[in-house]
Amino acid sequence: MSRIAATFEKLKSADKKALIPFITAGDPDPTMTTPIMGALVQVGADIIELGVPFSDPMADGPTIQRASERALVHGVGLGDVLEMVSAFRQSDNETPVVLMGYANPIEAMGYENFSNQAQAAGVDGVLVVDYPPEESGDLTRQLNAQGIDSIFLLAPTTQQARMDTVARFASGYVYYVALKGVTGASHLDMQEVAKKLPEVRTHVKLPIGVGFGIRDGDTARAVADVADAVVIGSRLVEEIENAQPESVIADVGVLIRGIRQAMDAA
Amino acid sequence: MQMYEALKAYKLPDEQGHFGSYGGVFVAETLVYALEELRESYENVRKDADFIAEFEYELKHYVGRPSPVYHAKRLSEQVGGAQIWLKREDLNHTGAHKINNTVGQALLARKMGKKRVIAETGAGQHGVASATVAARYDMECVVYMGSEDIKRQASNVYRMKLLGASVVPVESGSKTLKDALNEAMRDWVTNVESTFYIIGTVAGPHPYPMMVRDFNSVVGRELRIQMPDEVGRQPDAIIACVGGGSNAIGAFYSYIEDKNVRLIGVEAAGFGIESGKHAATLCAGNPGVLHGNRTYLMQNDDGQITETHSISAGLDYPGVGPEHAWLKDSGRAEYVAVDDHEALEAFHALTRTEGIMPALESSHAVAYAMKLAPQMSKDAVLLVNLSGRGDKDMHTVAQASGITL
Ligand SMILES: Cc1ncc(COP(=O)(O)O)c(C=O)c1O
Repeated sequence: MSRIAATFEKLKSADKKALIPFITAGDPDPTMTTPIMGALVQVGADIIELGVPFSDPMADGPTIQRASERALVHGVGLGDVLEMVSAFRQSDNETPVVLMGYANPIEAMGYENFSNQAQAAGVDGVLVVDYPPEESGDLTRQLNAQGIDSIFLLAPTTQQARMDTVARFASGYVYYVALKGVTGASHLDMQEVAKKLPEVRTHVKLPIGVGFGIRDGDTARAVADVADAVVIGSRLVEEIENAQPESVIADVGVLIRGIRQAMDAA
Repeated sequence: MQMYEALKAYKLPDEQGHFGSYGGVFVAETLVYALEELRESYENVRKDADFIAEFEYELKHYVGRPSPVYHAKRLSEQVGGAQIWLKREDLNHTGAHKINNTVGQALLARKMGKKRVIAETGAGQHGVASATVAARYDMECVVYMGSEDIKRQASNVYRMKLLGASVVPVESGSKTLKDALNEAMRDWVTNVESTFYIIGTVAGPHPYPMMVRDFNSVVGRELRIQMPDEVGRQPDAIIACVGGGSNAIGAFYSYIEDKNVRLIGVEAAGFGIESGKHAATLCAGNPGVLHGNRTYLMQNDDGQITETHSISAGLDYPGVGPEHAWLKDSGRAEYVAVDDHEALEAFHALTRTEGIMPALESSHAVAYAMKLAPQMSKDAVLLVNLSGRGDKDMHTVAQASGITL
C-alpha cells in the first residue's frame, strides 16, 4: 500500500483527519527545508506538500510568490527539491511527501526522468497546478508506473460531469480548492464548502483534502468536520517569512501544533 | 461567414486546441469551466451571421478598415532590390493591429453578459485597445502592466486612464509583460464569473490562440484582395514582427495554404542572441508550458522562465503563440531575429524616406525587409505588416539617441 493510502487508513481508524502543511522547498533557504519538514511531522503533520519553486506561479497569491522568489535566489530547481526529499527520507520513511508545482520544470526534466527520480527520492504524490487531467495523461501513466499518486484539483467551478473525469485520473487524494481565487486569499465561505463536498463525494471515492484560505484553528476545525484532510499553505509560509532565522522551527511548530489541537479537539 | 472559411485543408487547432504538440489548455482547475464556456460561446458567434455582420461593421466604421497597402518606393530604392510594400495597420484607430482583436473579444464579452473586462499589456497598445473598446461598449476595464513597462510607456498609461480604465502596476518577477499576464490570470481566477479576460496576443489557453488569430485574420484576407489589385499578384514574402505573434498570424493565416508565399516572422534579438539578453523565443528557446499552452519558451535548464530584453516592450515576452511553434517545426514559416540597433535604424530609415514612423515592434519587420530586399530582384515583392505606429515610442527613441524630451 502507498504511504498516502496507509496514512489515510491509519487516520480513519483513529477517527482523525489529516493535516497537510504546505511549504515551498528552499524557503527561506535550502538548508532549512528538511529541518522544517521534520519539525512539521513532530507537531502533527500527516502529509507534507512541498512546493517546487517556479518563476511564474500563476495560481499563487503574493505570499507564496515571494516564497518562490526567495528559493529561486538560491537557485533551487526541481532536481534540488528531489534531493531535499531524499534527505528527509533518511530520517522519515513514513510521512508521505507530495510535490506541488507548475508544469514547466517537469517538462524541462522530462516525464520519465522525473518519475524515476521522484520514485528514487521517495516522493509519494505529485500535484501540478497547470496540468488538468486532459493534458496530464502521459505524466500520470509514468508516475503511476512508479507507484506515485497523481493528485488533482477540484474547484468551486468544476461541473459535476467533469468530477468523474478527474476521479478517473486521480489517486491518493483529491484536493478541493475552497474558493475562487489564488492561494492566500481570505474570502473562504465555509457554508459553500460544506454544501459542495457531499456533491464531490458522489463522484470521487478518494479522500478529499480542502485548501486555500484556511488561516487558523477554527477554520481548520470546520473544514476537518466535512473533509478528510486540511491543507494549510499561505498562513504557514507567512510564518516562515516573518520568523527570525533562529526561530523558524519553533514558530512553525507553534502554529501547526495549534491547528492540530483545534482539529483534534472533541 | 465565408470570412472564417478561407482555408479548407488547414484546420488547426484540433478540438482540444492543439497545433501538433503545441497549444492546449494548461490551466488551474478553477479556469477550466470558464474556458469551456468561452469556447462554446465563441463557437456559437463564429457561426452567427449577426455577430459577424456587427464585427465587420465595427471594423469598417470604428477601426477604419480596410487598412491600405502602400508601396514604400523611396525606401525600396534606397535599399535596392525587392519592392517593399507596407500593410498599414498603423492607420487603425488607436494605432495598431491590436484593436482588431479587442473589438472582437469585447463583442463576445457583451454577448456573454460580462460587464467587466481585464487585460495585460506590454507596450500599452493592447491595454489602450482594450480600454478603448471598454469605453465604446460601456464596460469596466482593468489593465495589468509591469511596472518596468509603465516607465517605458508613460503616454499609453495616461491614454488608458483617460479612457476610464484602471491601470494596475505589477511588481512581481521581471515586472514586464509575462508578469502582467500572470497577474491578469490571478484576477480572472478570482473574478471568473463576472469577468472576461481579453488576452492581447495569440497565446494563453485554448481557445485564445485560435480566437485572437481569427479576429486578426482580417489582415491577411484584405491582403489577398489588395495585392493582386495593386501589383497583379500575391507577394513573394510576408514579413511580420513576432512578440506573441498576433499581427504575424493575422497576416499569415490566409496564406498558409499558399506555398508560393514565404512567411517570415521577425523576433527581437535585443542586445544580440549571443548576449542572452533577447526575446527571440523561436530562434533560441525550446518547448515548455507557460500561460496555459505548450510552446517555445525562453527558459533555463531548470525550466524557470528567463528574463527577456528588447527595446520594444511589445516584443519583450518569453513565450510565443503555439501556432507559430507549429509553423516553425513544420517548416511552413521561417523565423529570424533582428536586434535593437537594427530595429532603431529601420525606424529612422522608414521615418526619413516615407514619412511613416513605425512602432519599434514593427521596425523589426522593416529591418528584416531591408536586409532581405537587396538579395532579391527588383520585381520581387516583400510585404511588411506594419503592425503599429511609433508615437508611443518617442521617449525610447529619443533616449536611444541620448536625448531627453
Ligand atoms: C505595434 C505592435 N506590434 C506588435 C506587437 C507584438 O504583438 P504580436 O506579436 O502579438 O503582434 C505589439 C504588442 O504590443 C505592438 O504594439
